[in-house]
Amino acid sequence: MELLIFGDKGWGDELFYATLMTISVAITAFLIGFFFAFIFVPVKLSKNKILKFIGNTYTTVFRGVPELLIIYLFFFGGSGAVMYVAKIFGYNEYIEINAFLTGALSIGLISGAYSTEVFRGAILSIGSGQFEGAKSLGLKKITYFIYVILPQVLRLAIPNLGNVWQITLKDTALISVTGLVEIMRQSYIAAGSTRNPLFFYIFAAVIYLILTTFSLKFFNKLERKYNFS
Amino acid sequence: MNLMIEKIPELLNATILTIQLTLFSLIVGIFLGLFFAILRLNKNKVVSGFSYYYSFIFRGTPLLVQLFIIYFGLAQLEFIRESFLWTVLKKPFWCAIIAFALNTGAYTAEIFRSGFEKVDKQLIDAAKSLGMSKYNTFYKIILPVGLKRSIPAYGNEMILMLKGTSLASTVTLIDLTGAAKYIISTHFNPVEVFIFTGSIYLFFTFLIHNFIKFIEKKTNYIYKT
Repeated sequence: MELLIFGDKGWGDELFYATLMTISVAITAFLIGFFFAFIFVPVKLSKNKILKFIGNTYTTVFRGVPELLIIYLFFFGGSGAVMYVAKIFGYNEYIEINAFLTGALSIGLISGAYSTEVFRGAILSIGSGQFEGAKSLGLKKITYFIYVILPQVLRLAIPNLGNVWQITLKDTALISVTGLVEIMRQSYIAAGSTRNPLFFYIFAAVIYLILTTFSLKFFNKLERKYNFS
Repeated sequence: MNLMIEKIPELLNATILTIQLTLFSLIVGIFLGLFFAILRLNKNKVVSGFSYYYSFIFRGTPLLVQLFIIYFGLAQLEFIRESFLWTVLKKPFWCAIIAFALNTGAYTAEIFRSGFEKVDKQLIDAAKSLGMSKYNTFYKIILPVGLKRSIPAYGNEMILMLKGTSLASTVTLIDLTGAAKYIISTHFNPVEVFIFTGSIYLFFTFLIHNFIKFIEKKTNYIYKT
């Protein structure tokens, strides 16, 4: 327990900040995932074959390729891509992109692929009567989407979004390979300098367990609150 | 592209390792899953609680943590290094298999459990009215029907495990992701390598997907209309 003292003697405060880092990366990635879902759900549902193909490629690739490989792509390829763009504008120095952004973006893309499927499923499960009813009332497309479809979709999507959140939260552990100091990375550092890996990795597991348990409770509450039917 | 062709022998070895890791973990995991799913149905609270917490812990923590506890953590204990277990636990390959199998076992147990719950009440009532014993009802009715119902969800778990084996690269194993990382860091061509290795993974995902579809069709004689 001495190892967990706050301050210079223990790793308590470091692990606390690392936990905050994990939570913020996970939330950022989850929101980035929402952003991609809002782009790719209409793309996947569109009748245009090319758009449909693009949407399907996105969800297949980001759900079928290991997370670690995607993180390596962004970690090694990210700064290269930014430097390439910078070169066009005449900037030739080495640019290193932020590990937080790389991590959040790569996990966010994966999270987005799962969210896309969740929202698509929810939209498809709404009866066509809702769409027809809204149309026959003469509502504009945007109005009926925001006031009729969206609230129902969100309600139906809550349980599965809870799963996507859990996946996203657990995937953030993989960002540690890029050197971002979140729970896993901090435990790795602490384990290395104290030669006590068993203690620190079990402690990290406990932190993750607490985070996943609380988020499960939160999503269950949300589900109960919006379950009118 | 020339570089990738040059690297094919290395990637082939890496692919074989990925396949080995996936198959071994899935085979051990399916037995663990079945075992824990059956324990979960036990009336004894300690037994079913043990199964519940096994699933809860392994599903609630990242696979990376589990792998690190087994690979780095257990090596710290004196009595493990002196016992016969050390011959197994000092090899990263077996550590990875143990971690992956325990992880997929937890998810599989949950899949089978919900499969058992989905078995129609009428089937069980019918078995009861025929005077079948509890043991027979379970092994002749609930188990086969429940397992059949779990096939699609288990297919997803197989794909997740295939993706999960990429973590073996963090414990010095050169699997497909490990090889990809090595090539990227020596030749600095992330996009090319990503497309190449990514397609190999997608190919296996595709194979698993079709395998599951095939099995589903083969076993679907009950609900044929």
